[in-house]
Amino acid sequence: MERLQFRFDGGSRVAAASDACLVGVVASGNLEVLIEPAPQTDACAIEIRTAANGFGDVWQAVMTDFFERHRVGGIRISINDAGATPAIVSLRLDQAIEEFTRRDPA
Amino acid sequence: MQSYYEATARERIAGILDPGSWHEILPPTARTLSPHLKALDLPVAFDDGVVIGSGALEGLPVLVAAQEGGFMGGAVGEVQGAKIVGLFERAKAARVAGVVLLLETGGVRLQEANAGLIAVSEVIRAICATRVRGIPVVAAIGGKFGCFGGMGIAAGCCTSIVMSEEGRLGLSGPEVIETAHGVEEFDSLDRALVWRTVGGKHRFLLGDCATLVDDRQPAFRSALAQAVRTGEELELASLEREQRTLDERLERFGAYTDGEDIWRDLGFDKPANVPLLATDALIALSKRLRAA
Repeated sequence: MERLQFRFDGGSRVAAASDACLVGVVASGNLEVLIEPAPQTDACAIEIRTAANGFGDVWQAVMTDFFERHRVGGIRISINDAGATPAIVSLRLDQAIEEFTRRDPA
Repeated sequence: MQSYYEATARERIAGILDPGSWHEILPPTARTLSPHLKALDLPVAFDDGVVIGSGALEGLPVLVAAQEGGFMGGAVGEVQGAKIVGLFERAKAARVAGVVLLLETGGVRLQEANAGLIAVSEVIRAICATRVRGIPVVAAIGGKFGCFGGMGIAAGCCTSIVMSEEGRLGLSGPEVIETAHGVEEFDSLDRALVWRTVGGKHRFLLGDCATLVDDRQPAFRSALAQAVRTGEELELASLEREQRTLDERLERFGAYTDGEDIWRDLGFDKPANVPLLATDALIALSKRLRAA
């Protein structure tokens, strides 16, 4: 297992519809993404635990893309990964942000 | 998400409970991680593969535990077991109509060895203790991974079981039997064989599950609510009655080697057609055969 941490500044604070949200499952080739509000900061802080060692550069690229797409701040993202591909990671992150900011509680 | 089979544990809870009634205990933000998996350098899940909490089921106040089959095949570790046992502890104090278990599990999480074995036995004890207090414990089985191992025993200890055709219930799973006794004994890749041995329809015809439903969340929802409403109390007389039923079943079917033999004995003219019958048709036909 490898633990990775990223931090992006300069995003705008997102108005959370809920306290926190979780999407995805830690199944083979999949991951779970937990988003929590972090009101004491403007940053988007990301912590990853991944089963695939040695892919730090790929994670860096995928996380940078994600931040460029959404430019969100004031949140903490925690990921448990069981070997998801970059495309799956991007989709899960988009899904998580959509759930986190959704107005109507599901 | 209409299919129960395809839904995650969280989607099942959303599909079965009354909207807005759910309150999760130890949510993912609590990060109740397995210390064993961390020590073994394996992936962990923020909820350790089980979602627990309280809610309303067709207006009935219930406690619910839903296992996530996608995480380690729903296997029960120390933390997951403690969460389920803690939920039953709450059932003692809270005024609830019943406890609902949405089971999807291969049994003990072998990576956690004795801690996992103890966890499953504690779950079994908690189910029985809760039933003795007059609180029904109802189980739903309809996920991809079925319900096997020690949790198959736990399911058997519940007041009643709701299954879909897709669900599977047993002790040793098909792959385990094949590994231990050889492919001649049991071919785990023969899906038809697997389903006529441990599948939902067979379990219904044998009487192991009380209710057979279609693979739709609303069908599970109403069957579970009905099971909570009509839950029979655990008494010595009911245990003795069940033991007699099992003895008679063993006497009648013990020599058979295939589900089809049993279905023929039950009165099905064309047992090979049983897997093709729609749920309603199967239930109606089995009622007629029982009455005859």
